[in-house]
Amino acid sequence: MLAWFLRRLGQIVPTLLILSVMIFGLQQLMPGDPALTLAGEERGDPQVLAQIRAELRLDRPLPEQYLHWVARAVQGDFGFSWRIREPVAKLILEKLPVTFQLAVMAFLIALVIGIPAGVISAVRRDRPVDWLANGLALFGISMPNFWLGIMMILLFSVQLGWLPPSGYVPLTEDPVQSLATTIMPAFVLGSGIAGVLMRHTRAAMLGALSQDYVRTARAKGLDERVVVGRHALRNALIPVVTLGTIEFGRLLAGAVLTEQIFTIPGFGKLIVDAVFNRDYPVVQGVVMATALIFVTLSLIADILYMAVNPRLRSA
Amino acid sequence: MVLDIRGLAVTFRTDRGPLRAVDDLSFSVEAGRTLAVVGESGCGKSVTALAIMGLLPPNARLSGSIRLHGREMSTLNPAEWRRRRGRELAMVFQEPMTSLNPAFTAGEQVAEVLRLHERLGERAAFDRAVALLDRVRIPDAARRARQYPHQLSGGMRQRVMIAMALACKPRLLIADEPTTALDVTVQAQILALLDELKRETGTAVVLITHDLGIVADHADDVVVMYAGRAAERAPAARLFARPEHPYTVGLLGAAPRIEGGPGGRMSRLASIEGTVPDLLHPPEGCRFAPRCPFHGTDCTRQPPLAEIEPGHATACWRAPLDQVLAA
Ligand SMILES: Nc1ncnc2c1ncn2[C@@H]1O[C@H](COP(=O)(O)OP(=O)(O)OP(=O)(O)O)[C@@H](O)[C@H]1O
Ligand code: SF4
Ligand SMILES: [Mg+2]
Repeated sequence: MLAWFLRRLGQIVPTLLILSVMIFGLQQLMPGDPALTLAGEERGDPQVLAQIRAELRLDRPLPEQYLHWVARAVQGDFGFSWRIREPVAKLILEKLPVTFQLAVMAFLIALVIGIPAGVISAVRRDRPVDWLANGLALFGISMPNFWLGIMMILLFSVQLGWLPPSGYVPLTEDPVQSLATTIMPAFVLGSGIAGVLMRHTRAAMLGALSQDYVRTARAKGLDERVVVGRHALRNALIPVVTLGTIEFGRLLAGAVLTEQIFTIPGFGKLIVDAVFNRDYPVVQGVVMATALIFVTLSLIADILYMAVNPRLRSA
Repeated sequence: MVLDIRGLAVTFRTDRGPLRAVDDLSFSVEAGRTLAVVGESGCGKSVTALAIMGLLPPNARLSGSIRLHGREMSTLNPAEWRRRRGRELAMVFQEPMTSLNPAFTAGEQVAEVLRLHERLGERAAFDRAVALLDRVRIPDAARRARQYPHQLSGGMRQRVMIAMALACKPRLLIADEPTTALDVTVQAQILALLDELKRETGTAVVLITHDLGIVADHADDVVVMYAGRAAERAPAARLFARPEHPYTVGLLGAAPRIEGGPGGRMSRLASIEGTVPDLLHPPEGCRFAPRCPFHGTDCTRQPPLAEIEPGHATACWRAPLDQVLAA
């Protein structure tokens, strides 16, 4: 188990390194001179430009710039935002919880809808409930987030006036208001995942329900609810767990657009603003942080998969 | 009488029309005795077992009578049948490799029956489960109880299934080819264990098999099934001494372990030619007719299962067959 874990970590480090080279390299291909942007009004003064370049080490060879950046990055220092003059790490840590709250809520919504719907759909296969669940899943998967978001804002904010159409209140400040500002974006984000989870749960349940051990469970005299909810579901969830973790990662990515629609100051907004303003340190930091989150999630997915699958746990 | 079946019939609704998998089947088993059900693949042995358990799939329709200790089961509602399953009647399946749930330990799976039917707490049920695993001779039962099915051998898994089936001391145990998937040595051990447990608990056993050697060693009575119907029913000793139905004679001729009997009879039926009939379109009259060397014009009518000596019945117009063979 420990050996496996170390081996897994050994795979992660090179992955992140290659990624960092790519991010750094791509950055150099982006058009425009950051020094010009930073100089603002004084962009005509060559002395100011030279000073800025020296300060940011833009006058050094690329490999040196890269090594310098990596050396600081491994210590959690991603430099300063060129635009707002704040440490990138601080910006990330400020914005991440917002997106994380959104993602967790979206994921919970997806779980609460997707898994029971998948189970019911499998048990009532080819009946009206199954058709309805499949139809809704298709709807959830294929509906563009921006459209669903706008429709929800129109209905719940404009028409009914129940929920604020935009903005964000931190959970620590006012939990109720915080939920009110995030429930719609969370639903928009979660709806697609709910559909994916529903479909996978349904397929896995159909597989599990046709297994011999389900017949054994019935032969014991167990109630059908126990047969389905314990014996079949426990096995069906094994593949769904991995899928769920990967979907959670995709959810963080999906948050970028949703945060724009609902003007939520999260991770997504941070990176969009940074890209438009050529705020390279922020772009680099955010992309690296995202990569780190994805890598961590895939590690968690593997650990969870082992935890729920006795076959692997004892091997 | 623990189990008494009269005129059992099971019909499946299929895409290609109704399929009668079991037809007019009657037999009974007393406490502490073993009835073997034998026949080729597809003759309806497992369907019969599932019918008794009340575990037929939704596309099956059941008719006839199944009495367990005098109580009619076929008219029970599903919940009442369920309450008896695992407690009064239990089943061991053919596939030990897949019949246990891979996500639970062996001990948990045995304990679950006790928690359900005997209302034992988690701890007490697990302790009893360990004792039961020990009883079915699983070495180091306390450790094995905490292991998952994939960590156990096929023989051990079947022992776990037996422990699970016998946990609540059922009156009836149905063992559907319990050893087919196992090595020969393990087969013998498992069957000996079943015999021993039967003697100890007085459970009635329905032993489904297609191995006549197993029948000779472990059964008190035998029902030979052919294409969903009983061809012959007899005490095991009588069946081997005096097989009456041409199909049984053929089966015995094909079985290497059985010797004796007039040589002429055996040579005529040393192997059964032809194939099992399609149950969607069964032959008119006697279902064995297309393969029967003795068939005649009267065989286009269904022969009834009739006694030719006490406790020994055969469904053949030629009965008693020995007179035909002597002629
Ligand atoms: N769910 C079902 N739907 C339709 N037909 C079925 C179904 N289950 C079984 N049958 C049919 O019923 C017949 C008897 O099957 P059964 O499983 O009882 O055979 P068996 O005697 O147990 O054979 P084996 O020795 O191979 O286990 C077969 O023709 C089979 O195709
Ligand atoms: S009834 Fe006729 S066909 Fe059937 S077994 Fe007897 S002799 Fe053969
Ligand atoms: Mg069978």
